[in-house]
Amino acid sequence: MTSKNTQSFLQFHNTQKTYDQKTLVVKDFNLSVEKGEFVTLLGPSGSGKSTVLMMIAGFESVTSGDILLDGVSIAGTAPYKRNIGMVFQNYALFPHMTIAENLAYPLKVRKLPGIEIKQKVAEYLDLVELGDFGDRAPGQLSGGQKQRVALARALIFNPSLVLMDEPLGALDKKLREQMQLEITRLHKSLGFTVIYVTHDQTEALTMSDRIAVFNEGIVQQCARPAELYEKPANAFVADFIGENNFIKGTVSSVENDRVRVKISSGEAIMARRADASNSGDACLVSVRPEKLFILPSDHAYDNTLSATFTTRLYVGDFIRYFFDMPDGTEISVKVLNDLAAPDFKEGDTAQLVCLASDCSAFAAI
Amino acid sequence: MSAMRTTILNSEALTRDEAKSARREVQRHKRTAFFLVAPLLVFITLSFVVPIGTMLYRGVHNPAVAELIPETLELLEDWDGKQVPSSRVMTSLALDLQRLAKIRRSGKLAEEINRARPGMSSIIKSSARKMKKTPQDELVNSGAAHLLNAHKAWADVKIWRAIKSVGGVYSARNYLKSLDLERNFDGEIQVRKATKIYLQLYGKTLKIALYITLLCLILGYPLAYFLANIPSKLSNLLMIFVLLPFWTSLLVRTTAWIALLQTNGVINSFFMGIGLTTEPLDMLYTRFATIIAMTHILLPFMILPLYSVMKGIDASYMRAAMSMGARPMRAFFTVYLPNTLPGLSAGALLVFIISVGYYITPALVGGTDGQMISNIIAFHMQQSNNWGLAAALGTLLLAVILTLYWVYDRLVGSNNIKLG
Repeated sequence: MTSKNTQSFLQFHNTQKTYDQKTLVVKDFNLSVEKGEFVTLLGPSGSGKSTVLMMIAGFESVTSGDILLDGVSIAGTAPYKRNIGMVFQNYALFPHMTIAENLAYPLKVRKLPGIEIKQKVAEYLDLVELGDFGDRAPGQLSGGQKQRVALARALIFNPSLVLMDEPLGALDKKLREQMQLEITRLHKSLGFTVIYVTHDQTEALTMSDRIAVFNEGIVQQCARPAELYEKPANAFVADFIGENNFIKGTVSSVENDRVRVKISSGEAIMARRADASNSGDACLVSVRPEKLFILPSDHAYDNTLSATFTTRLYVGDFIRYFFDMPDGTEISVKVLNDLAAPDFKEGDTAQLVCLASDCSAFAAI
Repeated sequence: MSAMRTTILNSEALTRDEAKSARREVQRHKRTAFFLVAPLLVFITLSFVVPIGTMLYRGVHNPAVAELIPETLELLEDWDGKQVPSSRVMTSLALDLQRLAKIRRSGKLAEEINRARPGMSSIIKSSARKMKKTPQDELVNSGAAHLLNAHKAWADVKIWRAIKSVGGVYSARNYLKSLDLERNFDGEIQVRKATKIYLQLYGKTLKIALYITLLCLILGYPLAYFLANIPSKLSNLLMIFVLLPFWTSLLVRTTAWIALLQTNGVINSFFMGIGLTTEPLDMLYTRFATIIAMTHILLPFMILPLYSVMKGIDASYMRAAMSMGARPMRAFFTVYLPNTLPGLSAGALLVFIISVGYYITPALVGGTDGQMISNIIAFHMQQSNNWGLAAALGTLLLAVILTLYWVYDRLVGSNNIKLG
């Protein structure tokens, strides 16, 4: 196994996990994380992402395969010996201790001298901008403050790795955005390695260096946020990340990384080849609502679709138009709310255009 | 302009009618609330406040002797207690005894005075019989001689002291007795010279209650932890087994222990059958039997509050502690245990207080060694007919429990109790 000797900080080798001795919740998981990287495990609930996190932390055993931290297997190491910081969705601040005592807990366990503990606690309280809150009880803090304390507590003992299990799930939208910035700021200034679990794709896209998209225990795609969004590897990722229109068709020819697809209306369009394989196969072409334009338009385009206007939703900063393809497939188009926003009556036919690079062709599920 | 200002002012302050109707509304709510709790209030007053008040009063109020021999006691008031009282006092007692013997009340007097000085019962009864036979005018003339003839003990100054000591309508005598104290003739409080049983019994009662509480804790804590950490479908099922003792008659459960523990009972037969012992062990009618049977009965009181508290403790606390480097034992003692304290203290307090005042189980399986304070209280109520002492013992028991609660409140804080 030469791969074990590569310099990646955290490595999964064919890691698998079963709870009931029958079905695998995590199947053949492989991932390498570099030091200082912010990697997010994203997926719907029950997709196995939290299980992976629990296996790293040591609260769940590894059924088969291995997890290496700094080149050493941790699969058999007790959780309290792993030196991994963890942030929980419900904060898990000890309610019978003050904020300062909470922060001091990992340092006391490590038998640091009292003065040093005091200094570090003060330092980390300042770091999360809660300098005056040391004597308060966790119950007296707001959700966002609690989460900042939890974050400081997970960082204060210089863990080799920080795990975050949906840490912002319990916060409201505004606070969540604030905390995203906060976590990113701390990550940039302290340079720790993060494995972050969430089901919120916006959170994943804005914060991560890389995202691993989970579904049914399998990593569907692991890539940088932009790549994940622009070049999804399969139909699940295309559907799960952001919004997408899916058009049914048949592959008529394959040219390297491009395919020509004959869609159900009879029109032919060019698309990026994702996992659509052979000509003659049924496929799905995805194109995002903001990548479609309604003629007349100044944008360059490769593909044209004709569709019938059904309705439009006024959202504010943009307007969402809905069209029906001849086979009934609904197409949504996002148009900036400016002077160019067109006017349609129900039943009007429109020409929708897009670039071939903005279309992806997937094997039909 | 001014009209506008008045409307503004009016809109800020309530008009008189508005205030009145708002007040009426509040009062109506209060009335409704009162009517809702009124039946319970009456019930509690009649079944709780009044009996306890009576009990407290009975502990200090003893009119029996004062009602039986009022004249003699009045004469004894001026007596200094150094020598046998004057013949006038003796004559008065002789007449009192004759009167009581005629209305068949001398036995009551004998019983009351016997409590202050054992052995007085027969002296008074026999004397009273003799006085009854003597003609009244003879007693008026030479009652003292007749009394001294009836029993030579009447020449003993201690008897008269005893009579004087029980003569008061109000006295702390019963309370002193419950604390194994007494008042000597000079009014000084001293340790009781005769029997000293009550303090020892209180000590034993508290000790048994402590053992039961500890045993319930040792058995209940792991079980509650287990129940709180399994799928709720399974825990609900298992909870039925915990509650089963609640739904069975107390008498049935206690009798079952008799069947198990007796000399030829299930446990002894089993031990002898497997050759562990050759002779049956004495288990029934011991302190051991009291502790075992009461632990069994009171265990749910420990498990239920613990379970409800543990159910609310998220597994992430322990995980967080361990992720920060604490070994499981340390994580348990520094994180889990402190968070179960409300349930733990509620359960311990419940079990302890209930077992301190427990009566039926020790009475049935405890023998002499397993008796607790409530058994003695019952004894004084039912057999020795000394309600005053029973009341004093009961009041002291109440005081002990209140003191314990107060100590607990200072140490742990009563806000830290979670009963379910």
